[in-house]
Amino acid sequence: MPLPYYVSPEQMMKDKAEYARKGISRGRSLVTLEYGDGILLVAENPSTLLHKISEIYDRIAFAGVGKYNEFENLRIAGIRHADVKGYSYSRGDVTAKALANAYSQALGNIFTQDIKPFEVEVLVAEVGDANGARNEIYHILYDGTIEDERNYAAMGGQSDEIRRFLKDHHKEGMPLNEALQLGVRALTVTQNKTLNERDLEVAVLDRTKARRKFRRIPLEALGQLLGTAS
Amino acid sequence: MDERWRSLFHDYSNSSFIEVLRRESPHLIPGHEAPRLANVVEPIHGTTVLSVRYRDGVIMAGDRQATAGYQVASRHMEKIFKSDELSGVGIAGAAGPAMEMAKLFQTELEHYEKVEGENLSLEGKANRLSQMIRMNLPAAMQGLVVVPIFAGFDEKAGVGRLFKYDITGGRYEETNFDAQGSGSKDARDSLKKLWKRDMSRDEALRASMEALIDAADEDVGTGGPDLVRGIYPSVKTITRSGFGDVPEDEVKRLCEAILGERSRSGNGA
Repeated sequence: MPLPYYVSPEQMMKDKAEYARKGISRGRSLVTLEYGDGILLVAENPSTLLHKISEIYDRIAFAGVGKYNEFENLRIAGIRHADVKGYSYSRGDVTAKALANAYSQALGNIFTQDIKPFEVEVLVAEVGDANGARNEIYHILYDGTIEDERNYAAMGGQSDEIRRFLKDHHKEGMPLNEALQLGVRALTVTQNKTLNERDLEVAVLDRTKARRKFRRIPLEALGQLLGTAS
Repeated sequence: MDERWRSLFHDYSNSSFIEVLRRESPHLIPGHEAPRLANVVEPIHGTTVLSVRYRDGVIMAGDRQATAGYQVASRHMEKIFKSDELSGVGIAGAAGPAMEMAKLFQTELEHYEKVEGENLSLEGKANRLSQMIRMNLPAAMQGLVVVPIFAGFDEKAGVGRLFKYDITGGRYEETNFDAQGSGSKDARDSLKKLWKRDMSRDEALRASMEALIDAADEDVGTGGPDLVRGIYPSVKTITRSGFGDVPEDEVKRLCEAILGERSRSGNGA
């Protein structure tokens, strides 16, 4: 029987982190912005069928970057968590915070215990209600690190540059079209190309909507908001 | 074959909320432990809910009274529930389990929609409800009967459709109208005379209210329009553009008009 040879835990974690980061940085980016009526999520995603952004519960949305099958698993687990909780207590008791913590635990465990870490970053956003409760945005990394973000967040390939760009340009209470145009500019800040509505997946958590706040923005409306409609 | 991935293909119930509950929290499933009812417990019964097909879709309407034995348990109970954007359930039978079933059904449809990214077909929804009623059979044998009525707009066919059920989960599609509950026979009798092909919204609304008032007239378990307290039947429309409430003002005016005509002509006597 061959002896397993020794690798220091430090080295092992470093290797895993590097592996995960590489996987994530290959993927396209995603940004989230708070705007006047809620939270906007914009992803560069040419597919109209395989989503990166999705609805979790009444006021909560999910977004993932990296390996599709891995964040898809997390997405479904999140919907289950939220639906069971809302069914057994009440709809108002489902919070982004509890969900973000569950994701953080799951990703942390996978990172330390499995040979291959998940190559994903996920984002959980919850829109506040009209009477002043504030928006919440949680950003969870491949190793379970969890951060709460204000005003804007970016994940995926060139997220550092995008974040810097958003820091300089984000204003509070922007209307939807302005926020969307800023989001799209942020996604292209590191690359010499323009994105049109066909390259984008866009959704909002709109606090003016009735119960379920999540809404995908369809292609035609996207063109109008971007001001590119002919 | 590797168990871990084989289960992904064979576990076709991945998008079902009920299956998630069964696996993770079986104690939350209604009817999980069929209660042994002593005869002293009087389950809440007595209702009329109905559904009528018309040009743009279907109307669902129900009275607002819940009874326990010879007592009024509630005067403003809601019996028509939105199950998703394009369908609704009207509940009849034991109030507790029926409301629980409506809530579970609503979560089931929403769960499927979120996981799969698209809606179940109307046929699929109707079948799912039928399975849920069958799950309730042990409780139904103890007296906690739940027999809803399900209606919705079928996007593929472009028409409204409605379904009735029996306590074993048997599912029967009705083409024009149906009613359920203790006053259902009277409501059906009256709809039989009033229903016409291709009714407009106003005509269908009128027919529904006439039927509900007839049912309240003949059946002690069904509450009529309560002019003193200002409680009127709840009425919903389900069309291509979604599930909508008929404003209470409109229902009020209609009820008053019908009752006024009846008292003038002596028909209500």
